[in-house]
Amino acid sequence: MTQRRTVVVVAMVALMMVGACGKKKPPVARPTLPPPPPPSSSTNRTPGPPEPVKEPVPVPAEPITSDTLASTDIDTLNKNSPFQPVFFAYDEDVIDAVGQQALGHDAELMKKYPTWIVTIEGHSDERGTAEYNLALGERRALAARNYLVSLGIPADRLRTVSYGKEFPFEPGHDETSWSKNRRAHFVVTSK
Amino acid sequence: MRTLTTSMIAASVALTLAQGAQPSAGSQEPPRQQGEVSISITGPPGLPPKYAVPDFIALTNDAETVAAAKTISQVLWDDLDFEREFYLISRDTYRTIPPATSIDQVPLDQWKQLGADGLIIGTVRKTASGVAVQVRLIEVASGRTALAKEYSGTLKNPRLYAHTASDEIHQQQRNLRGVARTKLAFTSDRDGERMKGPVIDRGISNIYISDYDGANQTRVTVSRSLDITPAWSPDRNSIAYTSYRSDFPDILIQFIYEGKVPFKPAAGSSEKQNFLPAWSPDGTQLAFTTNRDHNNEIYVVNRDGTNLRRLTNHPAIDVTPTWSPTGNQIAFTSDRTGSPQIWIMNADGSEPQRITNEGFCDRPTWSPAPFNEIAYASRNGAGFDIKVFDFASRTSKTITDGIGSNESPAFSPNGRHIAFTSTRAGKEQIFLIDRDGKNLRQVTRAGMNRYPNWSQ
Repeated sequence: MTQRRTVVVVAMVALMMVGACGKKKPPVARPTLPPPPPPSSSTNRTPGPPEPVKEPVPVPAEPITSDTLASTDIDTLNKNSPFQPVFFAYDEDVIDAVGQQALGHDAELMKKYPTWIVTIEGHSDERGTAEYNLALGERRALAARNYLVSLGIPADRLRTVSYGKEFPFEPGHDETSWSKNRRAHFVVTSK
Repeated sequence: MRTLTTSMIAASVALTLAQGAQPSAGSQEPPRQQGEVSISITGPPGLPPKYAVPDFIALTNDAETVAAAKTISQVLWDDLDFEREFYLISRDTYRTIPPATSIDQVPLDQWKQLGADGLIIGTVRKTASGVAVQVRLIEVASGRTALAKEYSGTLKNPRLYAHTASDEIHQQQRNLRGVARTKLAFTSDRDGERMKGPVIDRGISNIYISDYDGANQTRVTVSRSLDITPAWSPDRNSIAYTSYRSDFPDILIQFIYEGKVPFKPAAGSSEKQNFLPAWSPDGTQLAFTTNRDHNNEIYVVNRDGTNLRRLTNHPAIDVTPTWSPTGNQIAFTSDRTGSPQIWIMNADGSEPQRITNEGFCDRPTWSPAPFNEIAYASRNGAGFDIKVFDFASRTSKTITDGIGSNESPAFSPNGRHIAFTSTRAGKEQIFLIDRDGKNLRQVTRAGMNRYPNWSQ
């Protein structure tokens, strides 16, 4: 270790000495002649390779949706909601990995449109009782809200409301429908 | 009793607009006949007395009076049959007996042959101001009058005379508080109106009331949103309910016969949402569910919005409270053991304890005295059945029969009947059933009808 450091120091000193020797008097600056003009094509010299012809490559426009969302009225916006709902297991308010992904997307959207106020509706399928489902829907909405807050969305931009099993999205009486009705659904209430 | 009757009638008149019958019960009652009070009509040993209720006599011959006479007797027959205290002889079998032409000239021998122990004869007579209705309960064996009443009022709702007479007969003969003049409140989407505001196309629901038997169904709220979970105040003048008209659920107290702006005792906001109100038995307080702690908890507030206090404090769901008849305890649904079960606690929130241990229980409804029971919905396979928990035996029995899904039980004020929601006939409708599982009847048919509540 010590030996190696010594070697390095010696080498540096040597280099400095070389540099000092080479640095005598700066040369006097003289105007230099401009380079000769490129040979014109009319001359007999051998033509070089053809000049490449450039054309701009079209780039796809940024998705128009962002601009549209900003200008769309609330009703139209909510009919084709840009938000992804969160779906839940039976009698659960736990947000699974898929739900977290959806909320990640929704959080980005809310960051992009910082004036939007969003109501998170909590819904349940028809299998529980009506009264308990009002409470369960509230828990689901609160779970989604808490997760969005953890992603940095201010709580005062997020409202919750539970509709229990009052407003099923799918009318069927099987798991296909039920799984779509157990959800936290996002509605833009002002923008 | 007299006061109750009068206020009920005043309420009924104000309500209607459509009904408007105004019998001043007992005000023009003829002098009591000797022995009236002491007569209790009995049947054969071990059997209920048999009653016959032939068409009332129309003393004036106009069509309205004639129709009213028939309606009153038919409804009175149904009202008396409802409590199952008497055996009501089928009206089809009366044909052989010539109709009486006067309340004092009744062919008692023929009624005796038919097997009647008690006979109810009545008259309807048009008067300058409306109508006069006489009702007489006769002990067939002796020919003595057990009860005689005369009512006056309008003819807009003849059923109310029958209901009033039925309640008086049950009171006098059986010392029973009948339910003929009680009312139901429930939620209905029958008008097919759509929700205001943004988003998806959604139907609305409003609060309706009806007679106990489903007659005279009348809408009492006009929101363009969801009005659900009605609860009659004990004085029957107002209904507390959950309304989404501000885009979040809040509790409204609406004086349905006065047209005032509804009062919001829990002063809701988007951060303090309130739902599922339940009146204390004395009508001074409301228990309800609220999310103001970022979790559903049971709170109580005075009717005027003062003295708000929290009863539950648990991260689980606590929802849908109901008061014990004394007001000392509150039952509610909680999933703090992992699934929704029925719990009870003191009215100050202390000593919560679980009373059910089943798959999924909800919507407890505490019975009135003398029964000490809690009705609730309990999962049974794909649907629910109404069960009743008895505090004396600490056991539950199933009231409904496993057909359809049966939810949201509400006791009648005498504790003998339960109104509930059922899908047994297709869409959800309101049904009534006796506490022993008999006497099932459907009382709504238009649209979808839910969340029944039974007035005092």
